[in-house]
Amino acid sequence: MSAAVERVTTVDEPALAAPAVQIDSVAKRYGPPGSSVLALERISLSVERGEFVCLVGASGCGKTTILNLVSGLDQPDAGRISVTGQVALLFQEAALFPWLTAAANIELPMTLAGVPRTERRQRVAELLELVHLQGFGDRRPHELSGGMRQRVSLARALAQRAEVLLMDEPFGSLDAMTRDILHDEVERLWIDAGFTILFVTHDVREAVRLGDRVIVLSSRPAQVVEEIHVPLPRPRDGADPDLADVAEHVITRLRSEVRAHAED
Amino acid sequence: MQRIDSRAQAPLDADLSGLDALELPITGRRSRASRAWALIWPKLAALAFALGAWQLVVWSGWRPSYVLPGPLTVLERLVTDIGGSDLPTAVVTTLRRAAVGFGLALLIGCIIGVAIVQVRALRIAASSFVTGLQTMPSIAWFPLAILLFGLSEQAILFVVILGAAPSIANGLISGVDQIPRILLRAGRMLGARGAASYRHVVLPAALPSFVSGLKQGWAFAWRSLIAGELLGVVAGQTSIGWRLQLSRELVDAEGLLSTMLVILVIGLVVDGLVFGSLDRSIRRRWGLLEAGS
Repeated sequence: MSAAVERVTTVDEPALAAPAVQIDSVAKRYGPPGSSVLALERISLSVERGEFVCLVGASGCGKTTILNLVSGLDQPDAGRISVTGQVALLFQEAALFPWLTAAANIELPMTLAGVPRTERRQRVAELLELVHLQGFGDRRPHELSGGMRQRVSLARALAQRAEVLLMDEPFGSLDAMTRDILHDEVERLWIDAGFTILFVTHDVREAVRLGDRVIVLSSRPAQVVEEIHVPLPRPRDGADPDLADVAEHVITRLRSEVRAHAED
Repeated sequence: MQRIDSRAQAPLDADLSGLDALELPITGRRSRASRAWALIWPKLAALAFALGAWQLVVWSGWRPSYVLPGPLTVLERLVTDIGGSDLPTAVVTTLRRAAVGFGLALLIGCIIGVAIVQVRALRIAASSFVTGLQTMPSIAWFPLAILLFGLSEQAILFVVILGAAPSIANGLISGVDQIPRILLRAGRMLGARGAASYRHVVLPAALPSFVSGLKQGWAFAWRSLIAGELLGVVAGQTSIGWRLQLSRELVDAEGLLSTMLVILVIGLVVDGLVFGSLDRSIRRRWGLLEAGS
């Protein structure tokens, strides 16, 4: 069903409201001056409020760099980034604090924000239930499986009342079955809570399964090669053949991008 | 945006909880008593072996029994000494010195450690200096300490601090150095900045290494302290080290060995029960410990 694939090479729709994330000709170099590597070169993209956007690209294309810049952990060398609302970043590893229980991990951002104790406790219980980990609050991270850790990490991000969720290959290290189920879970949370997600992955099927829009990036320096709208209804089914068609298209595009590097 | 109806949600819930049940690490926790026993019996066996070997040497007649008495004789003497007034006084004096010395070393070690962690330039200069201090045998400091402070308790404390503070500082520094970058970044993303970052991320993350530093610092402090007392730095006042020296002078082998047993037991108790259990409980909480150990 190739009609499902809609290609937009430039974002020209006038924004109705301020976009959740706006990246304007941003450049970023890494490494010492002289031998630095250009990770991003004048890249521009925007994510609308409530939109689920996936960035795909081959490894080393600067996907993570983009998230680090949007999250504010790093500063761009040139260009402008504006983010509307509270941002949370989910790492590839769950990055939970090993000395805290699952509940205490979720509670920490609220403690740091000065939320009163009773409210914190109540919210932790709600969040644990939201990610289906009620009863696991007193476990330490090492007593949980990889998928459960990522869900605690997700709950911890939501504890900040994040409006923009940045996800950096959060399911990359999980097995296929767990990943499939977590796709359903993230999609459901996103539909219910209505936050904006910018999701980075190298897995095209994952991107197509989750995103409203899939942005294909070139490598070194990263540039937007193509944007693909995925107009399939939600909640989606990972086994939907239409998804496979869209994924096929993206993979072809990504392959030719990778091949271009061989000819350099 | 549409909402998912509950019919679509139910199988997902089941999927998740089923997967969780399958994926959970099997933590077959043994009871507290059985864990304690697993920890204790090898130690008891080692003790029995040591006492047996000692008794065998005595039986071999290698040295006359007034120089090398058997374990039973020494244990009897130990019981008598504990009942007396001199040994308890000596133990209290020595432990008080240990506590004061270690406490000061803790304070100074932490100040030095935090300073080195904070100031990058200081780190390069100081870290090799700190390591240098550690390689110096503590007993080599005593002549200088006696010149500086006279035959006094300060001289002993000076050496105890020099022995322990570098280890404590080192533990803190390496603890902070080894914090995974991702945890610091995660902390920043969650809003931990400045003092809050120290309180909620840096210090707890550095804790395991800090406790190792404390443990090592204690070992140095205890050695320096006994060495100092043995040298007669504070002559006249009874202490564990002083008792050793006195026993040798009086050729009181029983008293000497019973005092040595006291030193051994105090060392084991503090090292094993205080720092060891602290270390183990942290490691268990972090999941750094193999199950059952």
